[in-house]
Amino acid sequence: MIHLAAAAAGGFATPHIRYLAILPEIVMLGGAVMLLAVASLVRRSLRVGVATAATVAVSLGALGCSLWQWSDVTGQGAFTAVDHAVVVDGFSALVNVLVACAMALTALVGDGYLRREGADGPELHVLAMVSASGAMVMASANDLIVVFLGLEILSIALYVLAAFNHRRAASGEAALKYFILGSFSSAVFVYGIALVYGATGSTNLAQIAGFLSKTVLSSDGLLLAGMAMLIVGFAFKVAAVPFHMWTPDVYQGSPSPITGFMAAVAKAGAFAAFLRVLISSFGLLRTDWQPVVYALAIVTLLVGAGLAVVQRDVKRMLAYSSINHAGFVLLGLEAATTRGVSASLYYLFAYTFMVIGSFAVVTVVGRRGDAAHDISSYRGLARRQPLLAIMFAVLLLAQAGAPFTTGLWAKLQVVLAAAHGAVPLAVVAMVSAAIAAFFYLRVAVLMYSPLATAGETPGVQSPAAEPQALFSAGAPGGEGTPAAATAGSAVGATTTAGSALDSAGAASGDGATSRTLWTGLERSMAGIARINAALLLDEEPGRERMVGDAPPSPAGTGPSGETGVDAVDATGAVSAGPAPVPLLTAIAVGLCVGVTVVFGIWPAPLTSFAHQATLLFFP
Amino acid sequence: MTHAGFPYLTVLILLPAGGALAVALLGAVPSVRRVALEWIGIAVVLATLGVAIGMAAQFSTGTGGFQFVSDQPWATGVGVRWFLGVDGISLFLVLLAALLFPIVLAGARTRSDARSFVAWMLLLESACIGSFVSIDLILFFFFFELTLVPSYFIISGWGYARRAYAAVKFFVYTFFGSAFLLVGILVVALLHQHQTGVLTFSLPALEHTHVSSATGILLFLGFTAAFAIKAPLFPLHTWSPDAYAEAPTGGSMVLSAVLAKLGTYGILQFDLRLFPQASVDLAPLMLTLAVIGILYGAIVACAQRDMKRLVAYSSLAQMGFVALGIFAFTSQGLTGGVLLMFNHGVVTAALFLLIGWIYDRRQTWQVNELRGLQAPAPVLAATFTVAMLASIGLPGLNGFVSEFLVLSGSFLTHRWWAVVATAGVVLAALYLLWAYQQVFHGKVDLANAQTRDLSWTERIVIAPLIVVIVFLGIYPQPVLDRIAPTVNQLVAHVEATTHTHQPAVATGGTAGAVAAARGTAHR
Repeated sequence: MIHLAAAAAGGFATPHIRYLAILPEIVMLGGAVMLLAVASLVRRSLRVGVATAATVAVSLGALGCSLWQWSDVTGQGAFTAVDHAVVVDGFSALVNVLVACAMALTALVGDGYLRREGADGPELHVLAMVSASGAMVMASANDLIVVFLGLEILSIALYVLAAFNHRRAASGEAALKYFILGSFSSAVFVYGIALVYGATGSTNLAQIAGFLSKTVLSSDGLLLAGMAMLIVGFAFKVAAVPFHMWTPDVYQGSPSPITGFMAAVAKAGAFAAFLRVLISSFGLLRTDWQPVVYALAIVTLLVGAGLAVVQRDVKRMLAYSSINHAGFVLLGLEAATTRGVSASLYYLFAYTFMVIGSFAVVTVVGRRGDAAHDISSYRGLARRQPLLAIMFAVLLLAQAGAPFTTGLWAKLQVVLAAAHGAVPLAVVAMVSAAIAAFFYLRVAVLMYSPLATAGETPGVQSPAAEPQALFSAGAPGGEGTPAAATAGSAVGATTTAGSALDSAGAASGDGATSRTLWTGLERSMAGIARINAALLLDEEPGRERMVGDAPPSPAGTGPSGETGVDAVDATGAVSAGPAPVPLLTAIAVGLCVGVTVVFGIWPAPLTSFAHQATLLFFP
Repeated sequence: MTHAGFPYLTVLILLPAGGALAVALLGAVPSVRRVALEWIGIAVVLATLGVAIGMAAQFSTGTGGFQFVSDQPWATGVGVRWFLGVDGISLFLVLLAALLFPIVLAGARTRSDARSFVAWMLLLESACIGSFVSIDLILFFFFFELTLVPSYFIISGWGYARRAYAAVKFFVYTFFGSAFLLVGILVVALLHQHQTGVLTFSLPALEHTHVSSATGILLFLGFTAAFAIKAPLFPLHTWSPDAYAEAPTGGSMVLSAVLAKLGTYGILQFDLRLFPQASVDLAPLMLTLAVIGILYGAIVACAQRDMKRLVAYSSLAQMGFVALGIFAFTSQGLTGGVLLMFNHGVVTAALFLLIGWIYDRRQTWQVNELRGLQAPAPVLAATFTVAMLASIGLPGLNGFVSEFLVLSGSFLTHRWWAVVATAGVVLAALYLLWAYQQVFHGKVDLANAQTRDLSWTERIVIAPLIVVIVFLGIYPQPVLDRIAPTVNQLVAHVEATTHTHQPAVATGGTAGAVAAARGTAHR
């Protein structure tokens, strides 16, 4: 970058470009542009199926290019290209593979979502591909400016995607929140780049590392301030506490397939750059940043797991669980060793498939309108849809770290890396995993609750009611719609518990900026008690009342249309028949479960890939 | 270590796991009837039992090391291996698991959703056997954790009124414990890597890791936290009465008879081998907790009106005896501890099964609602008598041999602990006989007069347990012959590392004590 500016003075000299280095990005971005162009040229709006097919093809193309990069790198070693602004090593190649896989899976899930919601056109796919190319740029960036470019490409597309469901106020709210906080963090990040440039005279990661290895700064305040700002920027993108406030709201408000994509791809790209910048550029300053990352990891692990426990909305719960996962990846970063980086990379791999699969199931269970996300929607799922339930159970258990899934291998490796130098951190991580396991299992058990009332109230849910749910704008806050919905139909005890929780949940998101950690913990404790009370009461023998008390859906209309819609949602959640599972979504979930289980039972390939990638990462 | 031609251990793990998968998949086919699924389950566990017996028949008594070892690379990047082996300590626990699961599936059937129940039980058997035969620590941890998932679903799915509470409590306790266990395993492996340059989790290799005494104590506490919760040992037992009482009959049987043994097995196999110095240093603490557990469990059991809870607390006392035997560090005490693990499993399973059958007939297990069952159900009363007397430790039944070995072994090195613990034996007689009198003796009232006696199926199902109880009471030698070499090797390992020595009378003493035990038994 700097060279370019200098060169511009005397005749603009373009750097030599080795196209292999940026081929996956080109394919992904080019595919997006092509798809958009074709869509605007054809007379009628493009069919969803066509867009999906094109996206999957493009993703597979990018996947092929990434694998080509991988074979090239394993054969001939890592190299930098485009005037050292881009690096191609095992690490970047593997992250590119990951992002391409995530894109293909999201396209499959998104297809079913778009058809169900009656949306046309390729916008969702196009924006996701643009975002994915941003993540790829971040993974292979060797210059802070390129990191920033990637970050912005990734984020701006995601801001739009968050608002994709313009019929839901929650979606718009999520996008606005994400946009404002995201731009703020980008600004901090850019300012960090400027300060680092001021201190070291370069934005190139290798040159920064070279400068730091040769120079002892007499006053390093500028450098440390810059580094701190970079860490803040990254911590925001990976949703590390205390920069996580946007996560639950955005994850909850965004369309479910996009939430999965966001959780997987944004995190993978941001973590790739985070690891690379801190370890390869500022590796010599690790004594300065390790304590910071240590603290970030601890609060991220505990807050993520602790607040997930009190959520009733499954999307919010998964949002907090993704915060908890970010804490685990931070363990590998904190270790700052080859093993640590390899463990983090493995964790991202395992996590991507688990989280996309989970949100795919959430998309299906959310039904038309994408609103049935209260935990009660999952009651008795196993009876209605055994296959879907078993897949979701496997994915949840894997996230909890059940043995013989990639989930436990991932946790094992990051904790092994942490146990090398930071045993207390390792203990905190495992304790947080124990807390986290609690809420994953809660959903799993609810699905398998033999008390499911599935078959007992046929006909309460009329098909005609569904479009009503779709076109409703949802509650103004957007926050508690699903929870309030259940409250409408469940037993009295559940009602109070549900609404109390709902307010707690709302506070945890909306009032987040003004709330201290301590009150959060207090609320958590109260919340756990309430949720458990609700679940226990649901399981008491007196549960028959639940069916009897469920108000007929049209009669439940309150002063505004919203309440009526809620009631429809509620009965839908409690008593509707099977939610339709589109074939492509089923394939995507199946692939995710397959990867999670197969590489859990047969871990050797994936662990050795991650190991190999990391060896190439350290020249 | 001897390697086997036929991979017994891998088969023992994979057979039930495959059965679980098959049942789960077949259950999805609507035309398959639930009875068929139950029979498939029983066939699979019987096949597993057959393989286990075949293995036990070939088990060589001369060596204390691991036998039937199978060692395959598994997660190459991380140094984890598929490393299985069985020694004198784990052999009988494998047999116990293999023996109990057919009885659970045949005797404690559920009314609802048989497919999931059978599948979870088969998976649980696979996980239990896997934990007992894994000698790679991470592999052990995997199976140890895997036991949680099916047991959680079994308690919460088929349990009684407060099952959700009990299941969550059970899960949270054990999972917290294993958090420390995992970190402990990783730290030991990293220490070993630091000393030798090899990252491995294999128990025979890690045994020789040098652990400084302070680190050793921390690691011992980390490991023991997980194992003591699982066992359960006082004061980490509070989940167990709830879980045992709220679980369905089959769940209580497996939890108390097999899963609880994972805890004491872990202490024997991992704490003593990896941290002998810390084990010896902390033995007074562990012995004191064990004795408190024995007395506390017995006293609380005296106050129970609920038969399931009574057996749960008596289990706590019995596990205290196991810990007493282990931390006495004598051959007799350890042998007794291992034998008691097996005996307690058989006896508790029988008691829980009989209580479950009483519940099936009378819909209660409150002692004061039952009365005079002996008259309408004599066979039930007779089998209950045998199991109860074995639990008390009556000479001639299996409980006596192991309790005698534990007490005499601990008396040699820790006299006063043994003396106090003996009070627990007396109390056991008190609460069990008292409960038995209430339930089976007395004048039968109208509600209890219609109680059915055991059906022929039930008699066949419980018969193996009664046979084992009586046989091991009269002739425990085959079992002791197989346990002793491993225990002697373990004691030698502890002594070599810590420069402590057990009294001379105990070294040649196993045989003597056994002779004494048999002498008493024959009297």
